[in-house]
Amino acid sequence: MGEELKLFRTWSSRYALRVVHALKIKDLEYETIFEDIKNKSTSLLEYNPIHKKVPVLVHNGKPICESLVILEYIDEIWKQSPLLPQDPYEKAMARFWAKFGDDKVMPSIWSVFISQRKDQEEAIAQAAGNLKFLEEQLTGKKFFGGETIGYLDIAFGWVANLISILEEIADLKLVDAEIFPLLSAWMNNFSDHPVINECWPPRDKMVEKFKAMREPYVEKVA
Amino acid sequence: MAADEVKVLGSWSSPFVLRARIALNIKCVEYEFLEETFVSKSDLLLKSNPVYKKFPVFIHGGRPICESLIIVQYVDEVWASGPAILPSDPYDRANARFWATYIDDKWHPSVRAILMADGEEAKKAAALEEANKGLALLEDTFRKCSKGQKFFGGDKIGYLDIALGGFLVWVRVIQILRNVSLIDESKTPNLLKWAQHFSDDAAVKDVLPETQRLLEFAKFYVAKVKATGNN
Repeated sequence: MGEELKLFRTWSSRYALRVVHALKIKDLEYETIFEDIKNKSTSLLEYNPIHKKVPVLVHNGKPICESLVILEYIDEIWKQSPLLPQDPYEKAMARFWAKFGDDKVMPSIWSVFISQRKDQEEAIAQAAGNLKFLEEQLTGKKFFGGETIGYLDIAFGWVANLISILEEIADLKLVDAEIFPLLSAWMNNFSDHPVINECWPPRDKMVEKFKAMREPYVEKVA
Repeated sequence: MAADEVKVLGSWSSPFVLRARIALNIKCVEYEFLEETFVSKSDLLLKSNPVYKKFPVFIHGGRPICESLIIVQYVDEVWASGPAILPSDPYDRANARFWATYIDDKWHPSVRAILMADGEEAKKAAALEEANKGLALLEDTFRKCSKGQKFFGGDKIGYLDIALGGFLVWVRVIQILRNVSLIDESKTPNLLKWAQHFSDDAAVKDVLPETQRLLEFAKFYVAKVKATGNN
């Protein structure tokens, strides 16, 4: 068919993983280029001169950057297994919650991960408040997309993968199944989905990576 | 509320609210504008936007939608028979979305930092450098998108025009208030011409705030924000 798809990613990027999931759901073939963040390729810097980051999807030589922009692009070009809802209101809601996930939920979870004692208690309260919104969005639904995985599930993919890793390292529980039953169930349903579970980055490598990222923040406490 | 009733909650001064109103004007959609103030927020606003408690809030047939760029896309999709706001080509759409996100996530914070740097020259200079870098990129993007025509969207206003245009009067006000140059003949000649075309457009001119009125408001706004320690 003459379609050429390349994905620039790193082994661990949760944003690149969104694109991996979307391409898998759409059953699309593509070439993967793994980047080393400390030694970025000339191609990556040419394709994403503004942010110099992954993911970048290159379709027939034309680059698309920013994971949520890439998801919409993929959904518009390849109509099978739609990611976004058809209804404009539901679409707007999906976009809103995906942005909320990136702008508020992720930073609040990160704050919990890198803070200590009283700061951490406050960060936990903040994160829990944000997670409660997600819990509410799952009322009556198996996935954020309804019966099947969609845009918002993919956008929240990091919740299903990364949170338990951060919980293990920081030795705390953020998504307690008693307080967040729907979110906990979603995390299992999403992770168990065949399209998803094949793509997770190796857990031991992730634990090692995030432990190292946390160290500078922990060392300061005597 | 009737199934097709449209309300916009917001302030005349907000660049984000302006985006929603311009989109509605392009589509010739009638709506009720419910003026909010920064001092106290209405119950309707707080109920409709429990997550951020901010405006704009767009309510269609009783259902609220928040975040200005999401509202603009919604308006484009619902009133599809009106002039298109997003480009029709998926790659151009991705490009427009990329730059609109850049404007909100990278460029706007630096512009706001200039506004808030009242008397702090080093902070102002650093923010100005960032803002001007962004404008140089947007000048370049304009040249590529407009293909010699008046707007980012070509011969008529589109998504990226709305995304950047919402900030236009604030840019003018900040230039006056902080004695800086952002959009000008030497650095961004195309954006300067674009600014005039945008301001004159039928969908824009009646909702664009008056520069003098916004200037007075800006002084009040900066003082209020600093007083609450909420930079």
